[in-house]
Amino acid sequence: MVEEGLRNELSRQNIFLTSIQELYNWGRRNSLWPLNFGLACCAIEMIAASMARFDIARFGAEVFRPSPRQADLMIVAGTVTKKMAPMVVRLYNQMPEPKYVIAMGACAISGGPFKRGYNVLKGIDRYIPVDVYIPGCPPRPEALLHGLITLQRKIAGERLTGPERPRHLRELEPSEYPIPAYGPYDLDPPKNTELWHPKPFVRDA
Amino acid sequence: MEEHPYLFLAVLAGTALVFCLTPLLIARAWAAVFNAAKPGEVKQQVYECGVEAKGDSWVRFHVGYYRYAIVFLVLDVEALFLLPFAVAFGGLSWGASVVILLFLLLAVEGLVWAWKRGALEWA
Repeated sequence: MVEEGLRNELSRQNIFLTSIQELYNWGRRNSLWPLNFGLACCAIEMIAASMARFDIARFGAEVFRPSPRQADLMIVAGTVTKKMAPMVVRLYNQMPEPKYVIAMGACAISGGPFKRGYNVLKGIDRYIPVDVYIPGCPPRPEALLHGLITLQRKIAGERLTGPERPRHLRELEPSEYPIPAYGPYDLDPPKNTELWHPKPFVRDA
Repeated sequence: MEEHPYLFLAVLAGTALVFCLTPLLIARAWAAVFNAAKPGEVKQQVYECGVEAKGDSWVRFHVGYYRYAIVFLVLDVEALFLLPFAVAFGGLSWGASVVILLFLLLAVEGLVWAWKRGALEWA
């Protein structure tokens, strides 16, 4: 690795140094291809973010792909009903590695206003690993852009080797997660216990 | 030294080959060093809409169009001979005209035969 000071000095002389890791992360984070996939009203904000006024193309993520095989990023935009959850997980499984998930809006994070409902999944992170959560009901397009930039920062910090490398570079980490089935009362299983570790909620006295 | 006139073709072909193979080799090397492929049962499914795939993609298509297409293809190729005939029509001898009319008769006869056999009916 080159020292930061030396690198700055060299770049002032128009000499740019990089490593494979940086080049790899730079290329990936600036061309995230989202899956063309919306579930509820958040999807309208996602569409707005992709159009001229907010223009997600400024951040290289405008190529919405209709097939999971060509997508890097799943924006779970909207309410995930229990009817829809198996499809969402299956689409996630069909995306090639490396893949990232943004949970957009209160519903995708936790069930949102429908949390007490019988038919809404209480957060997509019960079944697939979520990288960035965007709160809001629905979040404004700027919030989605901020979430995207946050994800880009996360990708920029990823290591290619070593014990801190991300999930998709670990050989033994799964690329697919179990797809829930419709049970008589709830999805079966109701959550992926290997994946979902909520912090216990402690009420202030 | 005299340059072979078709040398540039070999150079272009070589460049094209290198251009195609290099990304593939880089991808292979990348997979071997950093990022092993992770195929899976759901990942390899043929259907891409989130719904479970039923059967595989090797489905049979209806045979009805097959005979129709064959008849069209045969007559289409035969129609090619009619173009030079039409161009040279004014200066043709009697013998040549009779031969081409015979050819047309055979083609029409084939069409009538296929028609009678029901090849043009969508069933």
